[in-house]
Amino acid sequence: MANVIQAIETPTDFSRFPDAAGHFGPYGGRFVPELLIAPLEELTAAYERYRNDPQFRAELESDLKYYVGRPTPLYYAERWSKQIGGAQIHLKREDLDHTGAHKINNTMGQALLAVRMGKKRIVAETGAGQHGVATAAACARLGLKCVVYMGAEDVRRQSVNVYRMKLMGAEVVPVESGTRTLKDALNEAFRDWAANVDDTFYIIGTVAGPHPYPQLVRDFQAVIGEETREQCLSMYNRLPDALVACVGGGSNAIGLFYPFLGDTDVAIYGVEAGGDGVETGRHAAPLAAGRPGVLHGNRTYLMENEDGQILGTHSVSAGLDYPGVGPEHSWLKDTGRVQYVAIDDDEALAAFHQMAELEGIIPALETAHAIAYAGQLAAQMRPDQMIVINLSGRGDKDINTVAEVEGMDP
Amino acid sequence: MSRIEHRFAQCKEAGKTALVTYVTGGDPNPDATVPVMHALVRAGADIIEVGMPFSDPMADGPVIQAACDRALLHGTGIKGVLEMIREFRREDQDTPVVLMGYLNPIEQTGYDKFCREAASAGVDGVLTVDLPPEESSELGAALSAHSLDPIWLIAPTTSDARIKAICAHARGFVYYVSLKGVTGAASLDTDSVGSHVDEIRRATQLPVGVGFGVRDGADAQRLATLADAVVVGSAIVSRIAEHADDPAGMIAAVESITRDLRAGLDQPLVEA
Repeated sequence: MANVIQAIETPTDFSRFPDAAGHFGPYGGRFVPELLIAPLEELTAAYERYRNDPQFRAELESDLKYYVGRPTPLYYAERWSKQIGGAQIHLKREDLDHTGAHKINNTMGQALLAVRMGKKRIVAETGAGQHGVATAAACARLGLKCVVYMGAEDVRRQSVNVYRMKLMGAEVVPVESGTRTLKDALNEAFRDWAANVDDTFYIIGTVAGPHPYPQLVRDFQAVIGEETREQCLSMYNRLPDALVACVGGGSNAIGLFYPFLGDTDVAIYGVEAGGDGVETGRHAAPLAAGRPGVLHGNRTYLMENEDGQILGTHSVSAGLDYPGVGPEHSWLKDTGRVQYVAIDDDEALAAFHQMAELEGIIPALETAHAIAYAGQLAAQMRPDQMIVINLSGRGDKDINTVAEVEGMDP
Repeated sequence: MSRIEHRFAQCKEAGKTALVTYVTGGDPNPDATVPVMHALVRAGADIIEVGMPFSDPMADGPVIQAACDRALLHGTGIKGVLEMIREFRREDQDTPVVLMGYLNPIEQTGYDKFCREAASAGVDGVLTVDLPPEESSELGAALSAHSLDPIWLIAPTTSDARIKAICAHARGFVYYVSLKGVTGAASLDTDSVGSHVDEIRRATQLPVGVGFGVRDGADAQRLATLADAVVVGSAIVSRIAEHADDPAGMIAAVESITRDLRAGLDQPLVEA
């Protein structure tokens, strides 16, 4: 009995996950066709070999500093905080990363790994286009051939990013199958990889997919949280009271959260896309309203019908329009370490404008979901408390969408 | 003796390579599948694989992906597919039926319930494309409890050690994926197929089937002496798609391609 009580009271050591087979509790794993097992094992071995290799680390750190522009500032949103009159809100400025979002932290890491593995051709999927742009940039920087799969619906919604990818030499392939969005782009990227495993490296853009991707992408994005932690300590000599980040697949969120998971006094909030409202069924919030299943190589919370068919999603932001979520988030939900909430399209749009008007920062629509929730949260907190939002991307790509939704000419 | 084992024994005795044909259940509509299954048998198929439609079939090429989409338009899932197999079994108690699909619909049905209902409908084996042996202990136990054969894929990228491990889990037959890619892709390399099949034979006494990329009688002919069975899917499914609105034409086209495949297998190329 004493042992049982001790087991319950011992906090989970989140740094030990995933296990060797890629499991985060019951989530994660490696659910792929047999053909992809060997390349995933090859990737796992390469990652284990290079993750602590001083030369690899030095090369990555140099690129993060001189090419990506790290460290990014931790910015105090003073006017907005004062208007709310609650907690002091700080923004981790990942929108200032080269190419305009956190995605490049991961693509630089994976592209350098691809070079080490002798792969000459890169495939990637993209939703909003941010991961595609970040992959295209990393490939141009390192002289790799780049093919990006993008749902045909997203190609239409994010034409500026399509052009940016092409300018950097990437081939963009519109995907017409299924719902013609991010999940279908992932299917197509997996198919390409299966047909070209010998010379091709698949750069997955989020903390989903089969093991080792959720771990690898998390580790490359954890630089966000590591810097945030150091910045909080050096600027204020304390840790924040709360962290807030938007969650589609969940890479910017896990990047901010991971270095803080052991700091039990830091409350952590992941914000999913509520679309038209979670109660309408037209949303992209599997953690809020889905159930566990298996998709794209891992077990995680999914939006699916009773037959186990994956459902189409809805969100005003293409980058959150995904029916699954990284398996570590599913585990963090079940363990209660992170609270997951949903913000609907209208709330996100209002936050988009508020951030632009009060702070002169136009955030990505994905990020606007985190901003909207952080505003609500701050109002319930004291002025001596502190929130950090991961400002995961800039909103230039979204101005046409916002204008269209609001019936204006940009 | 299971129906699959029995069928391979019959083929061996007759000195022929088994023809395994694939159709997606409910493609292009729920009424089409059972007549197509009977047509496959009439034209010379020895084993039938029936695909359980899935919204995100990441191991399949465009042909079978489109077949899944057509079936899902009518809401065909595992339950509908099992009804089709039950109906097929009223007239055909001999032809083995293997279900092929992805894990998520099986998981949502529940492993035990799925296996119980599949066995009772007359299914003989189950091939779960995205479930590697490492993750399969629970489903494996349920399959075993209901006397269903787990069919495993082996790929050109599979290591020798892994081939042994997979074969240790397998029953019925093992399925060698004859190319790097998705179902229905081109470019069969028979030399490479032959050497991989030899490796598999060193690891198991089970019959070895070869598939992915077999498009016609000529392809089948080239593989006939290499394997115990040749598996054909996209070539048949594309005939179904061409005649989606013409049930009689569909049956005729399915019989025609199946006869062509059968003829190829029955006149193997003898290496000079």
